[in-house]
Amino acid sequence: MSAVLRIEGLRLRRGPREILRGVALAVQRGELVALMGLSGGGKTTILRSIVALEPFDDGVIDVDGVVLRPRGGTPKSAMRALRRHVGMVFQLHYLFDHLSVLDNVTLAPLHVAHVTRPDAERRADALLESLGVAHRRRAFPRQLSGGEAQRIAIARAMAMDPPLLLMDEPTASLDPARRFELGETLVKLTADGRTLIVTTHDDDFARDFATRVIILADGEVVEEGDPRSVLTNPQHPATRALLNEKPAN
Amino acid sequence: MNDEQNRVDCSSFILHRSSFVNGILLLIALYANANDNTLRWGGDAEGGAPYVEADSNDPAMVHGYDMEVAEELAKGLGRKAQFVQVAFTSIDQSVARGDFDIGMSGVEDTPPRRTALAATIPYFEFHEVLSVRPGDGDRFSTLHDLRGRRVGTLGGTIAYDILLQSQKTGGVDVISYDDDVHPYEDLKNGRLDAVLLDNIIAERSLRRTGGFVIQPQPIATGHYIAVLARENTALRDRVDEILRARMRDGTLERIYRKWNIWDAYQQPFFDRVLAQGAKTAAVAPAVQPRTSQVIVSYIPALLRASVITIVLSCAAMALAIAAGVLIASGRVYGGRILRVPLTMYVEVVRGTPVLLQLFVLYYGLSAVIRLPAFIAALLGLGLNYAAYESEIYRGALEAVPRGQLEAARTLGLTERQVFSLVRGPQAFRLALAPMTNDFVALLKDSSLVSVITVVELTKQTSIFAANIGSWVIPGALCAALYLAMSLPLGRLARSLETRWRAASE
Repeated sequence: MSAVLRIEGLRLRRGPREILRGVALAVQRGELVALMGLSGGGKTTILRSIVALEPFDDGVIDVDGVVLRPRGGTPKSAMRALRRHVGMVFQLHYLFDHLSVLDNVTLAPLHVAHVTRPDAERRADALLESLGVAHRRRAFPRQLSGGEAQRIAIARAMAMDPPLLLMDEPTASLDPARRFELGETLVKLTADGRTLIVTTHDDDFARDFATRVIILADGEVVEEGDPRSVLTNPQHPATRALLNEKPAN
Repeated sequence: MNDEQNRVDCSSFILHRSSFVNGILLLIALYANANDNTLRWGGDAEGGAPYVEADSNDPAMVHGYDMEVAEELAKGLGRKAQFVQVAFTSIDQSVARGDFDIGMSGVEDTPPRRTALAATIPYFEFHEVLSVRPGDGDRFSTLHDLRGRRVGTLGGTIAYDILLQSQKTGGVDVISYDDDVHPYEDLKNGRLDAVLLDNIIAERSLRRTGGFVIQPQPIATGHYIAVLARENTALRDRVDEILRARMRDGTLERIYRKWNIWDAYQQPFFDRVLAQGAKTAAVAPAVQPRTSQVIVSYIPALLRASVITIVLSCAAMALAIAAGVLIASGRVYGGRILRVPLTMYVEVVRGTPVLLQLFVLYYGLSAVIRLPAFIAALLGLGLNYAAYESEIYRGALEAVPRGQLEAARTLGLTERQVFSLVRGPQAFRLALAPMTNDFVALLKDSSLVSVITVVELTKQTSIFAANIGSWVIPGALCAALYLAMSLPLGRLARSLETRWRAASE
């Protein structure tokens, strides 16, 4: 068993509100995990804690041997290692508006990994090609559709080749056909041993593509397992509430 | 209830209005009255004694020998003298506009002035004298001795023209001032090697500040006159009559003695003036060059002044941008210890006049550090604009979405790289339009540095205008030069913006 990610007793409070109340979970290499839960349940906060954008109060986050400490106490060397291990795709993509698609994708390879420009561009082109957006390489973020921007955000995160990729609500703004394409793409990404954690409200998407689903409620993991069994035969009231929320989609 | 309140408000409004109208009527009445029975004379009380100065017992009143001469003139005309404060350099324009009947207080007799205005006969003879530091008394007694040296004077005066003439032939280095106090202070503290000014001013400064000696050999002789609007020759002729009478009966001598300015030159000067006919001026006016020639001769000076303006503006803007980026970064990224003093700096600099800051930098600090004028001007404008630039950059930095910064961090960029590769470039695009605006404003604000002796375009233009007695042509040339500097800049900024917009839309 090789856990790519191990979280134990993760606690995080914001003012008087306790967002995460002792979250524990482990993710194995090659998994495609769907992190589900009602809005405000702490899904995004967990992702942000894993990439150290959000300092947590207590607990352990271990990413492939890189251990994050509470209250931003993680040493710099560990932070650098963390950046090589985890990539993140934001819900609103946050592409760099002043850079072309190609420059968005090659920024980190050029300035962090110090790859030569031809090598960085070759790899960027290959990524854009595999994601079906090679024809947009000269475009600027504001010229892209939502689906295109998402795939370029994936390419940007993948450019550093992180073994663990986090995606926040990738299905939120996609129509069903695009959702299916995205699912296929994500499955393809896990084929070579990469691990994906995806937050989503879409149980169909989770059922069709995730290898495992983790249900979060009130800052805790309440249920987890094979998506087909968990989402067809929910045990916890929160999971049932989540599935009843469906008409809203 | 409401109605009643309305009525009360209305009536109080009517009351106010009627008292306001009454006030205006009263003022008009006073003014009309003033025109009939008073002689309104303009002078600059800032020029100080012995010409005119505010009375220390009652600062609303003035005294000085010019004031007493004016009283004599009023008495001779059967009117009451009324003083009108006017900036020394504006006396000519103001009297021509009709702000007052007659202008005096050390007004020099020059050919352009005689052409542009109705000038009286001269009533006082002065000498342009050199003042030097005591140790230089033996070295510098003529302009020739001061070759390549810095010599200061009041701009737009005969002394200034003499120095300018010397500079043209490779003589002294002229430094022009807007007042007659600071040249002597700068002489004392070593910024100047000599000052050339009227003996009255030199002697007054010697009494007041000291620290220098006046060379006994005069460099030139000049005369003070009074000026009236060009069409006002009838009044001018009556004033001339009164002046002659007061020279004859000893009244002027009495006044001059009282103010300690009577010297051996005055009696022979009075005799010459009285010997001349009523029509001819005491000083033969020099041959007037044609106006078109004068204009052509000023163009090189205006172009040189434009170079000063553009170099100063560009250098000050570069400083403002560099310091502005540092201040903005400190305020956005820094801790409290850094943020508090930077915020204070921005508030203090934005909240006080740049003119005051220039004075403090150049004169106020001269005891501690003696900055050359150009450097003081550069620092003053640059550090002032840095406060404004920093606010633009701070706003622009904060306008870049946080999410992009976080995305950059998750990619492994260091904070410095996030700034230089993601945040800075986008903030710069947002800041470009307001920066262009500020640069154009700075270009024009650079005219303020003339107060610390830097002769830039506006100063050169006002010297030009004073010499030919008109603002029309110098003003048009000056405006054209400013536009020639600011228009290309606006174009450059617009084309950059268009290029970036085309790239990102």
